[in-house]
Amino acid sequence: MITTATTDGPTIRRTETIPGLRRSLRAHEMIVNMGPQHPSTHGVLRLELIVDGEIVVDVIPHIGYLHRCFEKHCEHMTNYQQVVPYADRMDYVAAMSNEFGYVVAAERLLGIKVSDKVEFTRVIMAELSRIASHLIALGTYGMDIGAFTPFLFCMRDREHILDIFETTCGARLLYNYMWIGGLSHDPPASFKDKVRDFCRYFKPKINELNELLSYNKIFIERTAGVGVLPPEVAVNYAVSGPTLRGSGVQWDLRRNDPYSVYDRLQFDIPVGKGIKGRVGDCWDRYMVRVEEMAQSVRIMEQAVEMMPSEGDVQSAIPKRIRPAAGEVYARTETPKGELGYYIVSDGTASPFRVKVKAPSFVNLSALPAMSRGAMISDVVAILGSIDIVLGEVDR
Amino acid sequence: MTTVEIFGLLKEKFGDAILESKTEGVPSPYVAVAPHSVLNVALFLRDNEQTRFDVLMCLSGMDYMAGKFGVVYHLDSMPLRHKLTLKVHLTAENLHVQSVESVWKTADWHEREAFDMYGIVFDGHPDLRRILMPDDWEGYPLRKDFKVPQYYNGMKVPY
Amino acid sequence: MKEFLISLLQNQILVYTVMAFVPLAFVVPFALFAVWWERKISAHMQDRLGPMRTGGWHGWSQTIADIGKLIQKEDIIPAASDHFLFKLAPYIVFTGSYAAYAAIPFSAAYVGSSINIGLFYVIAISSLVVVGLLMAGWASNNKWSLFGALRSAAQIVSYEIPAALALLAVVMVAGTFDLQEINRLQGGWFWHWYAFSNPLLFLAMVIYFVSSLAEVNRTPFDIPEAESELVAGYHTEYGGMRFALLFLSEYANMFAVSAIASTLFFGGWNSPFGNALTGPWWGLIWFVAKGMTFIFIQMWLRWTLPRLRVDQLMYVAWKVLIPFAFVIIFGVGIWTLVVR
Repeated sequence: MITTATTDGPTIRRTETIPGLRRSLRAHEMIVNMGPQHPSTHGVLRLELIVDGEIVVDVIPHIGYLHRCFEKHCEHMTNYQQVVPYADRMDYVAAMSNEFGYVVAAERLLGIKVSDKVEFTRVIMAELSRIASHLIALGTYGMDIGAFTPFLFCMRDREHILDIFETTCGARLLYNYMWIGGLSHDPPASFKDKVRDFCRYFKPKINELNELLSYNKIFIERTAGVGVLPPEVAVNYAVSGPTLRGSGVQWDLRRNDPYSVYDRLQFDIPVGKGIKGRVGDCWDRYMVRVEEMAQSVRIMEQAVEMMPSEGDVQSAIPKRIRPAAGEVYARTETPKGELGYYIVSDGTASPFRVKVKAPSFVNLSALPAMSRGAMISDVVAILGSIDIVLGEVDR
Repeated sequence: MTTVEIFGLLKEKFGDAILESKTEGVPSPYVAVAPHSVLNVALFLRDNEQTRFDVLMCLSGMDYMAGKFGVVYHLDSMPLRHKLTLKVHLTAENLHVQSVESVWKTADWHEREAFDMYGIVFDGHPDLRRILMPDDWEGYPLRKDFKVPQYYNGMKVPY
Repeated sequence: MKEFLISLLQNQILVYTVMAFVPLAFVVPFALFAVWWERKISAHMQDRLGPMRTGGWHGWSQTIADIGKLIQKEDIIPAASDHFLFKLAPYIVFTGSYAAYAAIPFSAAYVGSSINIGLFYVIAISSLVVVGLLMAGWASNNKWSLFGALRSAAQIVSYEIPAALALLAVVMVAGTFDLQEINRLQGGWFWHWYAFSNPLLFLAMVIYFVSSLAEVNRTPFDIPEAESELVAGYHTEYGGMRFALLFLSEYANMFAVSAIASTLFFGGWNSPFGNALTGPWWGLIWFVAKGMTFIFIQMWLRWTLPRLRVDQLMYVAWKVLIPFAFVIIFGVGIWTLVVR
């Protein structure tokens, strides 16, 4: 029996209002597997759904299909710099952000200060990577909901970003660009112009996306009021990033716990306001990402002006990295949320322990809380709105 | 509040359960807690007006070699904007520590990962099973003395 | 057509058998063309090119290549599936879609079977598709296919009602179920077509078109084959020629509903220019052109709109389309009394 289900309050299932009906109908709950291979689980994720008809009673995520032993590898590195390519491969969609998180943590441990040119280049790369990640998040989210076209528009815009990355460091997806103490390559002469051109190109594209997808009535019906995450629950689950800001909590590490040169840049923090449904629903999380892209463009425009053109990007790179025994926990704001690196050093050239707190890992643990009582189609919508990357979840 | 102040506050409330605090001469100060009182300390830190640590940023298992293990908690307070590091020291004979899942729901998966990787058992956790490794894996991979098994279910592991 | 064949073959049964294959001569090339066309339309709407290489000019033989590939595939039937139903399902789906072509007039000179309850027959026989889809989903022994089949059964059965009600409005105005007769009644310039003769009938056309999208499982009603949720819904387990047959039926069904829409609302094989460009062959050209326009709109909608969730789909059918359809019938009834 299909009854209209919302996640507003307790789902009233017809078989519950008539006592004894459930037993006499012998209605059982079915276990359906949204298996590791599935078009919209964003990677190899297994969701065990316990459903009563179309209504989900519980969701049990099973992860670990993409576990590549990142932390074990780090303990066997001969050099702290060697961790950077491995860090790239965790959130492979926004690789610059992972590198940024690691070098911020390592530089804090080693007490290295880098020049403004390096800092601003890193900020520009991180913001480009934020836009790239959000484009994939929004495009694939549209695809999960059934709108196939915005995905290709987002990919077309992402190509421009990947072009900039390619001219700077030679790679489109996984860069090994940010090194401890500097960068691997000096940004080319055309770098600033390319970034300015991209900012100019991209601003109308956000409007195009809004017209096509964001304010489409069917899209709003599929996402507004679905998968509501109340702010207290979000904070208790340590959810971060657009998922947290979609619930109305104004918390962005670039503003609240600044690192690098973010304290010198002006930008707004978009927050979900429940315009279309309730605060903390899928539409809010989606809209936070759209507006964050606009804010990233704003950050990049300022950073490009403030970035010095002269300077050696490799001057602060230490020849030998041998930190004193100690530990540090440093966190940065990646497109998915708060990425934390807990680096413990025992005084040797290899890290003793590198623990990564991946935002997707934490955000995914809140999925069952958001999807109980929703329908199967809603689980797809909620999972897409959390925006996970399995590389990060499993490391 | 600084770590020194929080240490003073905790020592006052919990006495012997708070073991030590290293705040001088280290880039990251911490407070060490006894394993059997972690839950009470966590509840206090979350609910007390002066501390209000409502976010558990990270929970890491540690293997310090020579039979010494540990759990490190990184706490953050969004309203009061301060952070704290808690450490629990364990030995190989007694790898049990209280679970803080009832305090911060995020600890659910973090503790499962610490169990999976180090074999640290969190008492009171509702569903402590492996999370990253397959359910029938033997051994705790991130331990320093972990030997990669030759065969897993008939498949050769190192290739 | 029938007289010509009778004079040629002298045997009634043989004549009818040959005539049963005549629409196939249209449907199969149409499906081949429509698949290529859909890929091209979707590509251009998505700012890319689509097939460009197979066959030379814009990949025109891409579908033929695909059929060649599907023919030589291994026929895999899941071991735990219901073999008989699994094999039977594509044939039933195809029969349901194809049998509708028997009563659709392609031109003034050709209609497969000129029965006087033509429209009634078409609506009835095309609901056979539901049985086939349910069979396909159930026999696959796959929970996801079952979900797709259940959803599709609920969807198609629910949307039959507003579709039939909208068509009923036309029948009230035309006074007959015979499709050929309805075509003749719309002769003349394009403002004689039923869609333009009466605003209520224009609304009925819109309701019919939306319901027909649900009948053929196209976005925004493609929940039964929701690619991103159910992998491929009821046809997940089908491969090779069985899948090709299901795919062919989907496109045949698309053209059938487009043909009904164009017959009932847009004059069928009538020329829009009154007496200019008429005749049996011109009628065929106009008919196919109008059908293709509707197919283009169906494809356009597929690549633009997201899909509705199952309960929202039901809501649209039962709480939006059906009440509007009832109002239209009421209005058309009054209009027929007053104006005639």
